Amino acid sequence: MSSETNQILTTDGIPLEVSLKKAERKNKIKAFLLVAPLLLFLIITYVFPIGDMLFRSVDDKMVTQMLPKTFKAMENWDGQELPDEEVFAAFHEDFVKLVEDKREGKLSTQLNYTKNGFKSIIKKLRRASKKFEEGNYKEQIMSVHKRWADVEYWRAIQRRAPEFTGQKYLKGMDMYVNEEGKIVSVEEDRRIHRVLWLRTLEIAFFVTVFCFLMAYPIAHLLATLPMKYSNLLMICVLLPFWTSLLVRTASWMILLQQQGIVNDFFVGIGLVADDNRPEMMYNKTGSYVAMTQILLPFMVLPLYSVMKTISPSLMRAGKSLGGTPFVAFWKVYFPLTIPGIGAGCLLVFILAIGYYITPALVGGASGTLISNQIAFHMKSTLDWSFASAMGLMLLSGVLVIYWLYNKIVGIDNIKLG
Amino acid sequence: MALPKYTEPHYRIWHYIYLTICGAVFFFLIAPLFVIFPLSFNAEEFLSFSDGMKRLDPDAFSLRWYKDMIYGTKNPWGLAAKNSFIIAIFATIGSVILGTVAALGLSSRHMPYKGLIMAVLISPMIVPLIISGVAIFFFMAKAGLAATHTGIVLAHIILGTPFVVITVTATLSGFDHSVTRAAASLGSDPVNTFMKITLPLILPGVISGGLFAFVTSFDEVVVVLFLAGLENTTIPIQMWTGLREQLSPTILAVATCLIILSTLILVTAELLRRRSERLRGINR
Repeated sequence: MSSETNQILTTDGIPLEVSLKKAERKNKIKAFLLVAPLLLFLIITYVFPIGDMLFRSVDDKMVTQMLPKTFKAMENWDGQELPDEEVFAAFHEDFVKLVEDKREGKLSTQLNYTKNGFKSIIKKLRRASKKFEEGNYKEQIMSVHKRWADVEYWRAIQRRAPEFTGQKYLKGMDMYVNEEGKIVSVEEDRRIHRVLWLRTLEIAFFVTVFCFLMAYPIAHLLATLPMKYSNLLMICVLLPFWTSLLVRTASWMILLQQQGIVNDFFVGIGLVADDNRPEMMYNKTGSYVAMTQILLPFMVLPLYSVMKTISPSLMRAGKSLGGTPFVAFWKVYFPLTIPGIGAGCLLVFILAIGYYITPALVGGASGTLISNQIAFHMKSTLDWSFASAMGLMLLSGVLVIYWLYNKIVGIDNIKLG
Repeated sequence: MALPKYTEPHYRIWHYIYLTICGAVFFFLIAPLFVIFPLSFNAEEFLSFSDGMKRLDPDAFSLRWYKDMIYGTKNPWGLAAKNSFIIAIFATIGSVILGTVAALGLSSRHMPYKGLIMAVLISPMIVPLIISGVAIFFFMAKAGLAATHTGIVLAHIILGTPFVVITVTATLSGFDHSVTRAAASLGSDPVNTFMKITLPLILPGVISGGLFAFVTSFDEVVVVLFLAGLENTTIPIQMWTGLREQLSPTILAVATCLIILSTLILVTAELLRRRSERLRGINR
């Protein structure tokens, strides 16, 4: 009763609360409509395609669709002994159809991913199948090559029956499902992807550390110098920041080559012999040096913007209270810069972990990262589902860091330049 | 940074060590860029300093590679430069329009799910380029836009908008919303208010966001590598192929031009930043 009488009404008789809520909703819709075009654009052209990558990475319909009758017949097979005539006949029927469509090559590539040795026996089978007589396909197929009489190969075919598979993800970690259906690692000398993942982490980590060690003093100098000097020095940070990545990589290629200036300098001061110039490019060193210089501005700028807000009187207060300059720095100044350190390190780490161009140009074989492997599978082997799987594995790592970054720094606190 | 007179000797020494370290880091940052300048005037076909150049012999320097860049018959730089500028300009326009409008919505205090939406809008900047490249390639291939200018422009809009969103939101954070209310109370409709009041005030932020978008597009190579056909080659693609295959001094001539361009952009961006800070009353 009392709440009704106390209600404040607007001039047209609607309760104020309702009217305010309506206005609020209207404002919300207005704000959302402004964001909507970009959001929609990004969802269609960017977010969905990343989802599409997820789908591609587990999609394994190709073989399922190439051998429909075989898999149907295999449903009753327990996988212990060789399958019976029914399966062989179904396989023959599927195979003849594939040969007609000239798709048996694709089948052999796909099956070879599961088990080595399919390529040659499928080629042999294609030639032999032209002369096959009707009936008793088991005998005829088995006589083409002894592997066709090996139950392992039939199990390998059976493993490709499901429409979806996680094997590309396992392959990205150098693992596979073996004959018994267990997940095992590949032989030690073939674990190329694990090496790449570890190397990517290692390079990203050390590049971040180097960037931090180099950026901290100069950000401090920039923040404490009088404006007229610091503006001039700031150009040294901003000019590389605005310069093309390829230009900067090119300059490192010139500097680091065997007859390059850095080597000339080392020879000049007698550090190395002229006929024994070290290889500084096309290996890890190249990746380290070039990536550190290229990513350095991304560390300096967040550090600088935090240090700029620290009042110099705090250090003076620390010293006046009896701290030596080092103690004052360590106990007062350094803790205040931690938000900047967090922002800079995460930014550099995120950028470094997905680096592609620079390692591809100066990294050689021992300095390339996981991104280069993804590009290789996209452009050379055309195994797009594997590229997608590795891309998503990398992405999930980056998203964890992104989430941390958002927690620590806040995504709307990113500052540029 | 002059030290007070009472500074003890070992702090004095430490201070000079610190300054030396800073000097070395600045040198490390900026020096590599300056190697390109003299070498682009090399009269010979090597990417290292010839003896003549070390003696500053005028005959050792020439404009040969610049001529080759412009007039060279087999050189794709003309087409590449044309494509790069066309793509970058359209991508910038697209990014600026979409990004600015979105930033207006985002900085409204009524915006629902602000954090989540911001995270989606910024994601193209955070997600490694190679992944963006793969995803965008899948989309463009399906949409039939692979190997077209349109496809590349759209891809660069995706990559460029985060920068516009960030810079414009930052500018709007210091924006006094009472001026738009004043305009509205004087009978101006929202579009008119935006064009006459808001836009002129946030223009520095919009332009610097646009510069970021322009540079992003102009310098982008990973996504273009997936998308471009022979017709859509850009300067970064030509540099990439050049650096991988036939490393010729012509690339250094192009690189020099790019450094000059980036210097111009840097100066513009800095002037805008200072103007914007002055307008927002941040005096430092």
